[in-house]
Amino acid sequence: MFGFLKKKDEPAPAETAARPSWGERLKAGLARTRATLNTPLTELFSRGRIDDELLDDLETTLLMADCGVEATQWLLDELKAAVKREKLETPAQLREKLVGLLETLLTPLEQPLAVDGHQPFIVMIAGVNGAGKTTSIGKLAKYFQAQGKSVLLAAGDTFRAAAREQLMAWGERNDVTVIAQESGDPAAVVFDAISAARARHIDIVLADTAGRLPTQLHLMEEIAKVRRVIQKADPSGPHEVLLVLDANIGQNAVQQVKSFDKAIGVTGLVVTKLDGTAKGGVLAAIARQCPKPVRFIGVGEGIDDLQPFQAREFVEALFE
Amino acid sequence: MLDNLTQRLGRVVKNLRGQARITEDNVADMLREVRMALLEADVALPVVKDFIAKVKEKAVGQEVIGSLSPGQALVGVVHRELTELMGGTKTELNLASQPPAIILMSGLQGAGKTTTTAKLGKWLKERQKKKVLTVSCDVYRPAAIEQLKAVSAQAGIDFFPSSGDQKPADIAAAALDYAKKHYYDVLFVDTAGRLAIDAAMMAEIRDLHALLNPIECLFVVDAMLGQDAVNTAKAFNEALPLTGIILTKLDGDSRGGAALSVRHVTGKPLKFAGVGEKLTGIEEFHPERMASRILGMGDILGLVEEAQRGVDQEKAQDFVKKMKSGKGFDLNDFKDQIGQMKKMGGMGALLDKLPAQFGAMAQQAGSGVEDKSIRRIEGIINSMTPLERTKPELIKASRKRRIATGAGVPVQEVNRLLNQFEQTQKMMKQFSKGGMAKMMRGMKGLMGGGGGFPGLPR
Repeated sequence: MFGFLKKKDEPAPAETAARPSWGERLKAGLARTRATLNTPLTELFSRGRIDDELLDDLETTLLMADCGVEATQWLLDELKAAVKREKLETPAQLREKLVGLLETLLTPLEQPLAVDGHQPFIVMIAGVNGAGKTTSIGKLAKYFQAQGKSVLLAAGDTFRAAAREQLMAWGERNDVTVIAQESGDPAAVVFDAISAARARHIDIVLADTAGRLPTQLHLMEEIAKVRRVIQKADPSGPHEVLLVLDANIGQNAVQQVKSFDKAIGVTGLVVTKLDGTAKGGVLAAIARQCPKPVRFIGVGEGIDDLQPFQAREFVEALFE
Repeated sequence: MLDNLTQRLGRVVKNLRGQARITEDNVADMLREVRMALLEADVALPVVKDFIAKVKEKAVGQEVIGSLSPGQALVGVVHRELTELMGGTKTELNLASQPPAIILMSGLQGAGKTTTTAKLGKWLKERQKKKVLTVSCDVYRPAAIEQLKAVSAQAGIDFFPSSGDQKPADIAAAALDYAKKHYYDVLFVDTAGRLAIDAAMMAEIRDLHALLNPIECLFVVDAMLGQDAVNTAKAFNEALPLTGIILTKLDGDSRGGAALSVRHVTGKPLKFAGVGEKLTGIEEFHPERMASRILGMGDILGLVEEAQRGVDQEKAQDFVKKMKSGKGFDLNDFKDQIGQMKKMGGMGALLDKLPAQFGAMAQQAGSGVEDKSIRRIEGIINSMTPLERTKPELIKASRKRRIATGAGVPVQEVNRLLNQFEQTQKMMKQFSKGGMAKMMRGMKGLMGGGGGFPGLPR
């Protein structure tokens, strides 16, 4: 937590002074998840003893937070086992156990993205329609710039109307070069962008792609091609394949991770729109069924509301 | 997840076989399975609870008729209830106002409002011959206005320009004025995506609503939405007098439980469903199909439609003509056929749409191999020149070698393809001469001959 704030203070000290800290914003952003989880939880854990009714209600609460049937079952089984094994008596102990469990579950997902070691470091971004890919790219560009890296954007979404304009508007606002073509093949745009980045000694290339549902097989093939072409432009790339997930999405999120992973080998997740949703729980479902590192989470519309994921902080924000 | 509810219930009631009716005793375990199935389909828990209570009431005491197991009987009840819950009221768009009929679009970020606006506009223009104007009040997201402009142009409907430095209310007022003066039938007002908890933004859309007094206020919702759908829908419904719901991204593989949640909470009719990224991808909502989908019972109708969508009608008719004339069926047509198969997503994708137990059976038949061989054949054809494709008899030894190298296959494979093609062509000729019976006989020989028509699963 402290290390985190320090890192952030260096590039933009003025901003942090004026604005509430990331921790506070995270808490504010997760207020809804907390409200869903916590109001019943506070009530639950203030009961006299651990009984079947309490466990049933706990199950309800977890399901409502989008943890999914599988993860909820697992959490409950673990809790029940712990109650027996450790002879837990008070709900407060149970709460502590649950916090611990969630943390254990989510900590393996906490693997920050290291962008050193390659130049340009090529990040490919994929996701379903409306997940927040283009917006996230803008925020990521800002994030990397704040770390003193030079960034180049590739407008690989050649399908959706005005996606290119949206990215170019971002680029203009934040003084980032955007490589775009009138229309045409997304793979070609990305290839151009990588060549341009090499020529200009850019540190990081963020390659946007059009949104697609995993059921649209021809589009999944197209994105697999984008990945192959990146490899052609730079044999060591792409160095990171980010899947952008909308936290409002229910259990289909798991399916999305699996499908995209099959097509393009997902190496990390960006979870957006965690504010105003009851749904931090989908991370638990992902951790159980298809664990992938969660690189960033977004809890607001502000440009620096996208930050690296920290399991402990996340779980704490859920329960505080 | 892939388990069909019927199968799962079957497991639960295995030891209850022979019971002639659903009773309080045997229903509890089954309902638990129903509950899980609904939760996995992302139906919100409060909705699930209400629903289960209702099903229980209806189911208990039901006679189990004929060869049905109690599980199957229960699924019947669940399916009927789901259908009823999502259907009911009339679902057509209401445009009965003094023109222009104003349609206000609302929803979360990324729900698909702008795309849906264009799809609906196109639909109204083509199906009901309406003169449609669109306007964007999204002054926040970069290029949102350009997006609506572009999709409106694609849809062939008019667009009222606005810019990011204007106030949404001013834009709406100006557009309304313009629509009135130019005698538009319908005015679509697209708005920025907003979270239900964002008080300022909700106030903004309330003001817009008060200003425009739209006859339709539609809530656009992503079919993939999770448990929070119920809260979001409730908040929007409280802030705005919604008149209908549009479900988007239904072509994904989510079960779409959000449909039920939203319907249950708002009580408003589900009017349309968005499918696919093309602007023609909008259809009226079918409650029964949605019920099947939520229960994981496969979507046979969807499968049929998929097939229709995948097949280019014009090309298909051309093909039939060629078949009838008995000549001119060449490798280009062969390739088209393969292409159309692929457009439908290959065998694998089609199998996914089948109900779980059929799907699993078909999977075992090894469809992956089939897809692969089809890809190979396509590769070989792609390595031919256009002339060779129309006149395969030209292909002799040296051309074969070149084609084989181009496609990265041994020459034998090229031979095999040419043989297969020749046989197919013969079959086509017979078809045109001797009709169906002869052709069937011809086919039999073909199938036995090992190669087989590549488009047909063996």
